[in-house]
Amino acid sequence: MPDSSSTPKNYLGVPVKRPKVAFFELSSCEGCQLQMLNNESSLLAFLDLVEIVRFREAMSGGGDDYEIALVEGSVTRSDEVERLKIIRAQARLLVALGSCACFGGVNQLKNRFPLDWVKREVYGEHPIDTAPARPLSDFVAVDLKIYGCPVKKEEVERIVTDLVIGKDIAYPDYPVCMECKANGNLCLFELGEPCLGPVTRAGCDAWCPNSRAGCWGCRGPATDANLAQMLAIMDERGFSRETVIDRLECFGGFASQVAALRAAGGHR
Amino acid sequence: MIFKVIDREELGRLFALLAPLGRVIGPVEIARDRRGEHRHGFAEVADFEALCLDYGTTALPAKAYVLPYRERLAAFRLGGQDWEKVPGPDQERPLIFFGLHACDINAFNKLDKVLLGGAYPVPGYAARRREMFVVGSDCQPRPACFCRSMGADTARHGFDLFLTDLGGSYFVEILSSAAFNLVRKIAARDPEEDDHRRYRRRVAEKNTRFTTQVDTTDLTKILDLEFQSEVWQQWGARCLSCGTCANVCPTCYCYTVSEQAGLDLQSARKIKTLYSCNLVDFAAVAGGHNFRPTSHARLKYRYYHKHRGFVEAYEEPLCVGCGRCGESCLAGITVPEVIASVRGGES
Ligand code: SF4
Ligand code: SF4
Ligand code: SF4
Ligand code: SF4
Repeated sequence: MPDSSSTPKNYLGVPVKRPKVAFFELSSCEGCQLQMLNNESSLLAFLDLVEIVRFREAMSGGGDDYEIALVEGSVTRSDEVERLKIIRAQARLLVALGSCACFGGVNQLKNRFPLDWVKREVYGEHPIDTAPARPLSDFVAVDLKIYGCPVKKEEVERIVTDLVIGKDIAYPDYPVCMECKANGNLCLFELGEPCLGPVTRAGCDAWCPNSRAGCWGCRGPATDANLAQMLAIMDERGFSRETVIDRLECFGGFASQVAALRAAGGHR
Repeated sequence: MIFKVIDREELGRLFALLAPLGRVIGPVEIARDRRGEHRHGFAEVADFEALCLDYGTTALPAKAYVLPYRERLAAFRLGGQDWEKVPGPDQERPLIFFGLHACDINAFNKLDKVLLGGAYPVPGYAARRREMFVVGSDCQPRPACFCRSMGADTARHGFDLFLTDLGGSYFVEILSSAAFNLVRKIAARDPEEDDHRRYRRRVAEKNTRFTTQVDTTDLTKILDLEFQSEVWQQWGARCLSCGTCANVCPTCYCYTVSEQAGLDLQSARKIKTLYSCNLVDFAAVAGGHNFRPTSHARLKYRYYHKHRGFVEAYEEPLCVGCGRCGESCLAGITVPEVIASVRGGES
């Protein structure tokens, strides 16, 4: 890792601090962190923009002197709660990195089942301490959320750059369809496939629809998402309520909407 | 206007003459949809055989080539206290549209009014538009088409030459000297009385095929009168605020601009992204106030811009009746139905 901590940074003549950044992982696949390492062409510039003091996937060792903590993963064990509280106490800015940290992610699917059964299914004769999967914000204050499963590297880089130069962090309020159309895709519904693009927050550049795979809502709801109409569209096109709920439920971003649906319709 | 008649085989030669002069964009088949229908889109075409001139309306409009969804407006190099503008990309190759329907030609004409007609022509658009060569082609109305109601079913200008299929041969309208010189290089003959008759029969027959109409009588006034109509709430309740209608619309031009510093803090870019008045934050302003926080207010705004404000400013709607927005809207919100409901009684 290049050590350029000595090079003073400035933006348009205004000195800017290189913040000390640490990556952490709770219960997760570490895929979000891997995304950050994926694009070698911008990796060095990223490592130069901030000072990384802890990044398990990229370096050994790790300092505890950081200002920005990027925390990946959901909370599923009591020791993770303790770790998270320590991170919160140290970090000036705690960022939930990816859908597990923001919403519980794929992990929270287990919350649908009795915990004993889950433990038996997964760990068999070697049970471990595990609780329902929860997002970080259930335990500590989260300053910033970066959505996605996995996160989009370009978006993380943009957000971190804006943090460094002190710019407001902005997300798209609009849903994925906007980016899907900008990329010239024929709508998947036209091809007979379901998609949660109309209600899911954009920012991924319609990653899945670009590859002809319907959106599963990993970034959670768009601002003022019209879920009722989404359901009507699914009904109209013959996708069962269970199919739709399975999708909405996959990453946890639509948890409150799904709960309301279940309460209203008695689904499972 | 000069008229000629060419045999079908000559079209390939016309294509071959045009191809070296720029990027040829034309209709191609992109998919079979869930109903088994052939769907078309515009794409860069290298081979005449790949063109599909007998096409329905494309799913996405041709505007993206001239008014891209995302465009770098400027790039900057930063150094110390100073910055300089980095010159834009080299000049692009001219665009040659091969097979634009009347609605799409008219859509560009409407865009011109706004993007070229004002005090500050839009640079990228102006450059591409000036260089553009357009071969128009006639079409058969589909159920969603209501171009005739919008006065956009024939193209009067905005093309270099226009082809009407007479079966085995084409009736060619020539509007520019570039087109005239081009047609001189292929086998073309002057039309005879019989060609005129066939052309007029073809056009008359097309005009019997329109199944969707929009009553535009006094529409600007009716929209004013019905500003508080509750039908807006009903359509708004369905709207997903997804922006698809604007993105598939050949005449929508709204955009947002964002600035992004490079990771190295030594560069910055200004990016223009096409936007839509249906998006939640379209009318949000500094300080956080949103002038149109509800989906019905935004949807209404779309119609007021297209069928009232624009008509008052330019004596024509900002809509060519191509039907794309209604066909693409997952919530089934279509211009003919919305306008009929506002007029009352009809739905
Ligand atoms: S494929 Fe999905 S994201 Fe794309 S337009 Fe259709 S619904 Fe929207
Ligand atoms: S009218 Fe239809 S296409 Fe347009 S924003 Fe609303 S739901 Fe999307
Ligand atoms: S508003 Fe709809 S019908 Fe009119 S030009 Fe735009 S996409 Fe076509
Ligand atoms: S205001 Fe709406 S309808 Fe008018 S051009 Fe912009 S996006 Fe299209």
